[in-house]
Amino acid sequence: MSFTPGERVHVSSRAHNGHHRTPGYLKGKTGTVERVHDRFLNPETRAYGEDGTPAQRLYLVGFELGDLWPTYRGGAGDRLAADVFEHWLEPAP
Amino acid sequence: MERAAHDRGGWPTDAPIDRAEHELADWELLMDAIVGSLGRSGAMNVDELRRAIESMEPAAYDAASYYERWLFAAETILAEKGVLSPGELDRRMAR
Repeated sequence: MSFTPGERVHVSSRAHNGHHRTPGYLKGKTGTVERVHDRFLNPETRAYGEDGTPAQRLYLVGFELGDLWPTYRGGAGDRLAADVFEHWLEPAP
Repeated sequence: MERAAHDRGGWPTDAPIDRAEHELADWELLMDAIVGSLGRSGAMNVDELRRAIESMEPAAYDAASYYERWLFAAETILAEKGVLSPGELDRRMAR
């Protein structure tokens, strides 16, 4: 499953034991793909001495701060952008 | 979902953000160079470094400075790979 800029995506909230780069505060949240980065070696396997192949696509995903923090009191248009690997993303329902 | 000590975006706190600049100590520069050398030689990659940092006990993680975490992680990974034997660093430092 690959995504294109402007597409709404949901960050998986599946349990994952072990090293991964998806911040807990983004899990289960919905954002918008802002940019498609290159593919990179997978840190989740590389962290245990493997070579990290196959490389995984990385995306820049933007989130409304109000969607991340229910008590957010800042500006309505305030956003956060984070790099998220493709295998952590699902099409937004 | 349980989050590890490093995964703290959004944790509630009343503590002010420390924005003070500070000079790095010699040992911190050396730690940076050692981890860089280990990476370039293929002995340890950055994902292994991060995984070892994340494996620290939460109290130890909180008490440690940035480069103290790097030291812990480098020792952990090198011991795991048999580059260092158990207790080797402690024995050398005791000399």
